[in-house]
Amino acid sequence: MSRTDAGAPEQVSATALTVPDRQRRGLTERLLAVRELSLLIALAALVLVTSVRNDRFLSNQSVKDLLLGCALLVILAVGQTLVIVTRNVDLSVGSILGLVAFATGSLFLAAPGTPWPVALLLGVGLGAMCGVVNGGLIAVARVPALVITLGTLYAFRGVDYYWASGRQINAADMPRSFLRLGNQTLLGVPVLFLVALVVVAAVGFYLRSYRSGRELYAIGSEPAAARLSGIPVGRRVFAVFVANGALAGLAGVLYAARFGTLDAAAGTGLELQVVAAAVVGGVAIFGGSGSAYGAALGAVLLTTIGSSLAVLRIDPFWQQAVVGALILAAIGLDRLLALRTAARLRGRSAHGA
Amino acid sequence: MAHDSLYAAPPRADAEGGAGRLATVRGVLGSWDAVIVVALVVAVLLAGLTVENFATGRNAQFLLLDLVPLALLALPMTLIVVTGEIDLSVASMVGLGSTLMGQLWLSSGLSLELICLLVVLLGAVLGAVNGLFVTGFGLPSLAVTIGTLALYRGLSFVVLGDQAVADFPAGWTAAVVRNIPGTSIPVALVGVLLLALLFGVVLHFTPIGRALYAMGNNDQAATFAGVSVARTKFWLFVVSGAVCGLVGVFWTLRYASARGDNATGLELTVVTAVLLGGVSIFGGRGGLLGVVAGVLLLGVLRNALQLADVDANALTIVTGTLLIVSVVLPNAVADVRARLHRRRQRARPVAP
Amino acid sequence: MSAYRTGLRVGATSLTLAALLLSATACGGTTRENSGNEPGAGSQASGGADPDAAIKEGLKIAFLPKQVNNPYFTVSDNGGKAAVTEFKGEYKEVGPSEASASSQVSYINTLSQQGMDVIVTSANDPNAICGALNQAKAAGAKIVTFDSDTKPECRQIFVNQVTAQGIAENQVKLISQQIGGEGEIAILSATANATNQNAWIALMKEELKKPDYSKIKLVTVAYGNDDDQKSFQETQGLLQSYPNLKGIISPTTVGVAAAARYLSGSQYKGKVKLTGLGTPNQMREFVKDGSVDAFALWNPADLGYLAAYAGAALASGQITGAEGEKFTAGKLGEYTVGKDGVVILGPPTVFDKNNIDQFDF
Repeated sequence: MSRTDAGAPEQVSATALTVPDRQRRGLTERLLAVRELSLLIALAALVLVTSVRNDRFLSNQSVKDLLLGCALLVILAVGQTLVIVTRNVDLSVGSILGLVAFATGSLFLAAPGTPWPVALLLGVGLGAMCGVVNGGLIAVARVPALVITLGTLYAFRGVDYYWASGRQINAADMPRSFLRLGNQTLLGVPVLFLVALVVVAAVGFYLRSYRSGRELYAIGSEPAAARLSGIPVGRRVFAVFVANGALAGLAGVLYAARFGTLDAAAGTGLELQVVAAAVVGGVAIFGGSGSAYGAALGAVLLTTIGSSLAVLRIDPFWQQAVVGALILAAIGLDRLLALRTAARLRGRSAHGA
Repeated sequence: MAHDSLYAAPPRADAEGGAGRLATVRGVLGSWDAVIVVALVVAVLLAGLTVENFATGRNAQFLLLDLVPLALLALPMTLIVVTGEIDLSVASMVGLGSTLMGQLWLSSGLSLELICLLVVLLGAVLGAVNGLFVTGFGLPSLAVTIGTLALYRGLSFVVLGDQAVADFPAGWTAAVVRNIPGTSIPVALVGVLLLALLFGVVLHFTPIGRALYAMGNNDQAATFAGVSVARTKFWLFVVSGAVCGLVGVFWTLRYASARGDNATGLELTVVTAVLLGGVSIFGGRGGLLGVVAGVLLLGVLRNALQLADVDANALTIVTGTLLIVSVVLPNAVADVRARLHRRRQRARPVAP
Repeated sequence: MSAYRTGLRVGATSLTLAALLLSATACGGTTRENSGNEPGAGSQASGGADPDAAIKEGLKIAFLPKQVNNPYFTVSDNGGKAAVTEFKGEYKEVGPSEASASSQVSYINTLSQQGMDVIVTSANDPNAICGALNQAKAAGAKIVTFDSDTKPECRQIFVNQVTAQGIAENQVKLISQQIGGEGEIAILSATANATNQNAWIALMKEELKKPDYSKIKLVTVAYGNDDDQKSFQETQGLLQSYPNLKGIISPTTVGVAAAARYLSGSQYKGKVKLTGLGTPNQMREFVKDGSVDAFALWNPADLGYLAAYAGAALASGQITGAEGEKFTAGKLGEYTVGKDGVVILGPPTVFDKNNIDQFDF
């Protein structure tokens, strides 16, 4: 994530930007805003319905729980956005999270006096290392990230299993100051959620306003064109995987702080939820469009659905089915919007000519 | 440097020496079938010589029986991946098929023969839903089938809840694990072989098969050649669903237990086997022989490592590594060859 | 491409034909009513037992837990290892990395192929692994189940941690003491399919019908799927949906730890009582900070230890698995085989802040 150009924001390689392109960008951005707005409306409706049925759903404690509950997913979804925007995907995030969480626990077990910021840095570093493995393999093999990260999903998890060999690390093994991170609040807002907010804001700003951030979209919408216009595609994709690994590492450390009980299975199957959150949040799985804010909202929405199903006492068996239906609805909606945009653009250029 | 597409083949036609390089890639991948068959033979020989209890008829039976679901699911998956699509919902369809079979047996009073047929048909319907989303609405199959992976698994828990249905007639449950009289080869394997033959013939010896490869290489070209891409892909997903239904029936009877979590996570193994078998995830390349060899190789390795008391966790690592190696190796080899080739070409004009 | 069209048509026609044929045969088919399923014949003790037989040396004993990455099974398998070392056998632990019945079947086949004398297993599904176990038994292995049983006819001995009845009584009594004998309670279970938990919950419901507990009302059962995050969310859901909730029973080690961690960081700490089945190491923190008063568990190491001795006694011919036979399990003393080949470890231990530091597992 090197800042290659300190220049003006909103700058895609000027050669590629023609007038209709700029128009389309405006329209896409408006559409994205519409997407984020509709997510907010869905979220509000969900909260409203649930709290009508049960007024405790909006109590202080409950809101705190919700914010706490979605923090990890938000961080992971934002990291995944970086990857998906470049027309890649990282399925190994659940395994990276598990590996880092267990590593953090082991660190405290081996060196009980470690101050938590050190643990945090080491965890992020380990996550970034995993990202280097992913990014490096993808660069070497020139095969889809889907395949490579499916492989490292097994491999990282296997390493985690092997290392843990059935051991468990308990809350009592970790320093209080570290565990407090997991449920402490600042002005009533959980620290974990604040961390997530910082991540969302940073990534969101980077994607929108930095040249290299805009280039990620260019890579995702038309890799060949991006290469021809001089964007270092390989380097950018590599960096994106490292960044996503680091964020998964961060989430892993926070997972350890929040749950206190760690074994090798932490975060199993999380990758589906993460991809779902990003997709529901309007990040197009074909790459080239989507925002960190949308992905974060998607994560919040998914977590809230989980909580409200539990609060509404809807048969827990339905929960997974609902998540699946939601993914289908979200990508279907995206497609519809895209078709409509295309139709409008066609209409407009006809008029313009 | 990196590849940059999830769905389309990476543009590798760099202006200079592009054609030559493409041919090398083709050559390497063409021989991948041979490589994987040789690897299989080597693995079997090595395991037979070094692992105690491996080379016995009884072990062969265990090994083959465990592979039936994987082998069946890999067949339609091969065809789907050849066209450049993917179906990640297969294991969930197996699970839903299994619980529906349990629920029907529990409460409908229908005969088991009819139930089995219904489950296969229902699998086809589930596959049709996938197909509709992918071809009808033009959505990426990866995203669609991740969605239905969650949806179908969720529904399979809805169907049976916390129950497990286990009182299937003993005659039926014994029949699926029975051997061909006088051998240690499970009868079920005959069914697998027949289906494999059918899929193999369709893929390699019919116009449909050629059309599938054409689609994997270039959708538009296939359309111009007069193949209905959408319709063909739709039917592939339907077939995949029907095979999943069949596997659901087999799974339920083999383990005499219909549960919501049956076959969880199997989709990853199926994809691994198909890629290991040399099918390109970009579509357009690969063959059924390689896939069958890939399935067997996976099974032999697991079985031999288990017999050698290798930790299950190491098995997880081996699966992941195999997958990565099987995709990295051909490309790396092609790379090295291309580089050597270029160096030789560069060296030649200097020599005289 | 007419050939291609024809191909499709031929395919569709043959599919329809096959369907017709099959449904025709289906008319006289097997239904649930006429399938003639008989309950298993029960464990048949073959040959006589010789109570004085010594335990053989060099017995090959394999532990096959539900999954190898579950800390609970690591502890109990290590108990088994200690026992096997005592009677000079060969111990090994194998198992799948995810708790699925199908991969257990493949491991059972492998073990029987390796000629194990005893297979000690905890079943992920009471039926699914039966066929494989019977094959292994036919190949000469003795089968002991522990923690989670299979159908009785598929094994010789089931070493039960406590009776399901014992667990139900213990848990209901604990929660009743903690909430002062009246109020609403809920149960946070493992997965919806979990055999043990479902049996215990059924019996807890029976137990709650007793006059002593007439003022306690069980409002719901939630499923945390033995997953930290899900258990967290479900606990939170319980507390919100039932404002008058006084107590939660979580009869699963993952669930109780997650619920305790949730309570300790929430406004409900100390107000809503939590009990269940947990390990002392997991729960120490929460007992000390006052989130949890008391919880229970058997000693998992002893469970593995007893299972190993039961297996050795079977393989040495001391017992056959018939009711009334006796055997000695090292430091734990003498045990008697009960009905259906069940051996019971003993009553669960209750842990509270006074005794929790004496335990390390």
